Amino acid sequence: MTHEIIMAGFGGQGIMLIGTLLTYAGMKEGKKVSWLPSYGPEMRGGTANCAVVVSDEEIASPIVTEPTSCIVMNGPSFAKFHKALVPGGLLVLNSSLVKVDDRRGDIRVLKIPANDVAREVGSEKVANMVCLGALVEATSCVALDSVIKALKEVIHERHHNLLPMNEEALKKGASLVRAGA
Amino acid sequence: MKAIYERPRALKDIVTHYCPGCTHGIAHRILAEVIDELGIQGNTVGVASVGCSVFAYNYIDVDFQQAAHGRAPAVATGIKRVLPDTIVFTYQGDGDLASIGAAEILHAAARGENITVIFINNAIYGMTGGQMAPTTLEGMRTTTTPLGRQPASQGYPLRVAELLSTVEGAAYIARCSLHNAANIAKAKASLKKAFETQVQKKGFSLVEFLSSCPTNWGLSPQEALKWIEEKMIPVFPLGEFKVKEGEAR
Amino acid sequence: MAEVVLMKGNEAIGEAAIRAGCRYFFGYPITPQNEIPEYMAKRLPEVGGVYVQAESEVAAINMVYGAGGAGARVLISSSSPGISLMQEGISYLCGSEIPCVIVNMMRGGPGLGGIQPSQSDYFQATKGGGHGDYKLIVYGPSSIQEMVDIMFRAFSVAEKYRNPVMILGDGMLGQMMEPVSFPDETPPPDPRSRPWATTGNRGGKSKLLSSIILDPEGLDAHNWRLQEKYRRVEEEEVMWDLENAEDAEWFLVAYGTMARVCRAAMTMARREGIKVGLLRPITLWPFPKQAFEAVLPRARGFLCVEMSTGQMVEDVKLSVEGKAPVYFYGRTGGAVPVPRAVLKRIRDMVSGKAPSITDYYDRVAGGEIK
Ligand SMILES: Cc1ncc(C[n+]2csc(CCOP(=O)(O)OP(=O)(O)O)c2C)c(N)n1
Repeated sequence: MTHEIIMAGFGGQGIMLIGTLLTYAGMKEGKKVSWLPSYGPEMRGGTANCAVVVSDEEIASPIVTEPTSCIVMNGPSFAKFHKALVPGGLLVLNSSLVKVDDRRGDIRVLKIPANDVAREVGSEKVANMVCLGALVEATSCVALDSVIKALKEVIHERHHNLLPMNEEALKKGASLVRAGA
Repeated sequence: MKAIYERPRALKDIVTHYCPGCTHGIAHRILAEVIDELGIQGNTVGVASVGCSVFAYNYIDVDFQQAAHGRAPAVATGIKRVLPDTIVFTYQGDGDLASIGAAEILHAAARGENITVIFINNAIYGMTGGQMAPTTLEGMRTTTTPLGRQPASQGYPLRVAELLSTVEGAAYIARCSLHNAANIAKAKASLKKAFETQVQKKGFSLVEFLSSCPTNWGLSPQEALKWIEEKMIPVFPLGEFKVKEGEAR
Repeated sequence: MAEVVLMKGNEAIGEAAIRAGCRYFFGYPITPQNEIPEYMAKRLPEVGGVYVQAESEVAAINMVYGAGGAGARVLISSSSPGISLMQEGISYLCGSEIPCVIVNMMRGGPGLGGIQPSQSDYFQATKGGGHGDYKLIVYGPSSIQEMVDIMFRAFSVAEKYRNPVMILGDGMLGQMMEPVSFPDETPPPDPRSRPWATTGNRGGKSKLLSSIILDPEGLDAHNWRLQEKYRRVEEEEVMWDLENAEDAEWFLVAYGTMARVCRAAMTMARREGIKVGLLRPITLWPFPKQAFEAVLPRARGFLCVEMSTGQMVEDVKLSVEGKAPVYFYGRTGGAVPVPRAVLKRIRDMVSGKAPSITDYYDRVAGGEIK
C-alpha cells in the first residue's frame, strides 16, 4: 500500500512540521518514506505545502501529483489540490477556515473544525495536529501512537513543554473521525 | 675570508626573466633575505599571482601555489586555514590586487586573515604590455590611455595602503619604495615587520612597494627610478599606515 | 547496519562529507542549497574543522584551491549561478590537479532563472564550462542515501586521480527528506602525507602547484597526460543502474530525481503490459556508453527525460549511434515531468506517435506540445 499525501495551508500553520512528523513516524514503523516541501518565497505568507509518501515498497517518485489523501488548511490550498485527489481519495478539510462544499462527489471529505478544536485544547497553533490526527485515523497510513512518539523527536527541545498539548490535539483529531466527523 | 654579502638561501641561483631595471628582482631579493632571517624557509608557502611575477616560484625557494588572476588572497586563505602554523604570503601586482582581485584582497583583510601580502605597485599592467592599471597616475600615458589617464572618463588612481588601513582586520599596512638603497633598506625592514606580524598571529599584513617598469613606462632604468621619486611618491606617500599593537588574536 | 535517520538532502550532504573526513568548507549563500553552508557552519567547528563564508563564489572556489593544494579534504557547494562563477577556479583546479568535491544543487536558468529544481547544468558540468581541455568527474545521485554513499566515493576518487569531482543534484534532492544511514567514519587525512601538497618544504625540494606552462611542447604534453588520466577514469569509474533490463524493449533514460519519476512511470507502463526498462546513468561523466551497448540488441526505442530542454539526450544519441530511435521529453524552470506525463510519452513512443527530436522542438515552439 502506498499513501501519497499532500498537506497544504498558509505559511505559519505548521504544515511542514506535520509532514515531518508523519514521515518520521512512518520511518520508525519501518516503512519507506519521503518528504518533499514546496520551497521558495511561497513559504512566507503564501501557501506552503509538502508531499509525504508512506509506502510498504521502495518509493519511486517523491513528487505527488495524484494524492491519495490531502490535508487542506486554508482556502487557496483547497482550490489548488482538491481536484488533484484520486477518485476515492480523502480530503481533510479545516472547516474553521475553509467554507466550501465539495462538488466532486467521488472523494471522502472530512470536515474538521481544526482551529476551534485547537483553541479548546489550548492554542490555535495546534490546529495542524488536529488535522494530522484525523488523517492518520482515517487512512491508517501509520499508527497514531507512532506519531505521538515522534513528537518529542521532531519538535525542538525548547518547545517540549508543549508536547502534551500537541498530543491532545492529535488525539482530538482522531476521535472526531471515530465519532463520524 | 669572511663572506659579508651572498645570495640568500631562499633565492634560487637562476637568472630572472625580468626586464633590465625592473624592481621585481629587488623585491624578490629582500623577500628572500627576510625569509632567511626569520628562518622560515622550510615552513612557508607562497602564492604567485598573474602578472610579470607569475613565475616568482622559479626564484623563491619555498613551496608555492600559482593562483588565478586576482585570487591569490583567497588561495592563501585556503592554505592558511588548513596550515595555521605555516607562513603564507602572496605576491601580487597592482592589476592583480587592486583591479580584478579587489574583492579578494579587501575581504582577506576584513577577515583579518593571518597572511602577508607583497603588493607591487608599478602603476601599469606589465605582463600584458603596458595597459592602464587602477594605480595609473592622472595624465599618465599607457597603451589604453593614449592621451594620458583622464579622470573624467577613466577615474583616479586607487590608494590601496590607505584604503586597507581603514579595515579593522588589518594589523600591519605600509608603503615603501624600491627606488634607492635607503628606501630599499626601509622596505626590507617593513617587510620583516609584516612577516613578524604574521608569526605573532596578529592578523592581516600588507606591504606596498612602489616599483619601476622602465619597459612599459618608456624610460631608462635610471629615469624610471627618478620617476618613482618625483611622480609616484607625491601620489602614493610612503609610511606605515597601520600598526596594530597588542596581543595576538 | 548503522542507525537510520530522517534528514534533508542538503544536511545529509554536509554530514556525509564530515564523516568522509572533510574538515573544510568554503561557501556563499544561494537557494536552494543554503542548508549545506548552514549545516557546515554549525557542525565543522564541533569536529575541529573550518567553515569560511567567502565574499563570492569566485573567492570560495579559490579558497578550495588553496586548501586542497595544502593537502586537505575540501567541500564546496552552490547552485547554478554560483557554479557559473566558479568555472574559472574549476579549470585551474583541473589544470593544477588539485582534488576537491563540488556540489551543485541545480536550479533553473539561464541568468538568475528561478529557484526551483532543474537539470539544465548538465552541459556545464560534463562538457566543460571553464576553459581548456579538462574533465570533471560528475555523479548524478537519485536519492539521499545514494548521495551520501557517493560523497564517500567522491572524495576517494578525487584524491585517486587528483581531480575535482562534482555531485550534480537538484533543488528537489536538496530540499527533500528521506531516511538515510551513514557509512563508517573516515578520519581526515594528514596533509603532510600527500607528497604533492604544499605544506612547506621542510628543507627538502620545494613543491609547486601551478597550471601555467608557457612552453607549447610542455603544455601539449601536460594535456595529453591529463587525457590519459581521463581515459583511466572512463575505464575504472563509470557507474550506471539498469532496471527491468531482462525483458525490456523500450528504455527510459534519466538521472537524478528524474530517474525516480521515470521509475514511477515505468511501473505504470508495465501495468499496461508495455515492456519498459530504466537506464540510469550514475556517473554523468564518464557517461555509461557500455550500458547502451548491453541493451541495444533488443532495444526498440529510448526516451530520455530531463528537467531541461535536452542536454543529456545528446550523449544518449552518441551512445545509441543511430541503432535505435531516441526520443526526448523535458520541462524546465521548476516545471517537472510528472509520472503520468512520462507515461503518455511512453505510449506515444510505443505506438509510433512520438515526434522525432527535431519535430519535437518545432512543435514545442508552435505551442502544440505541453
Ligand atoms: C582572467 C584574466 N584576465 C586577464 C588576464 C591577463 N593578464 C595577465 S597579467 C595581467 C596584468 C598584470 O598586471 P599587474 O598585476 O599590474 O602585474 P605586473 O605584470 O605589472 O607585474 C593581465 C590583465 C588573465 N591572465 N586572466
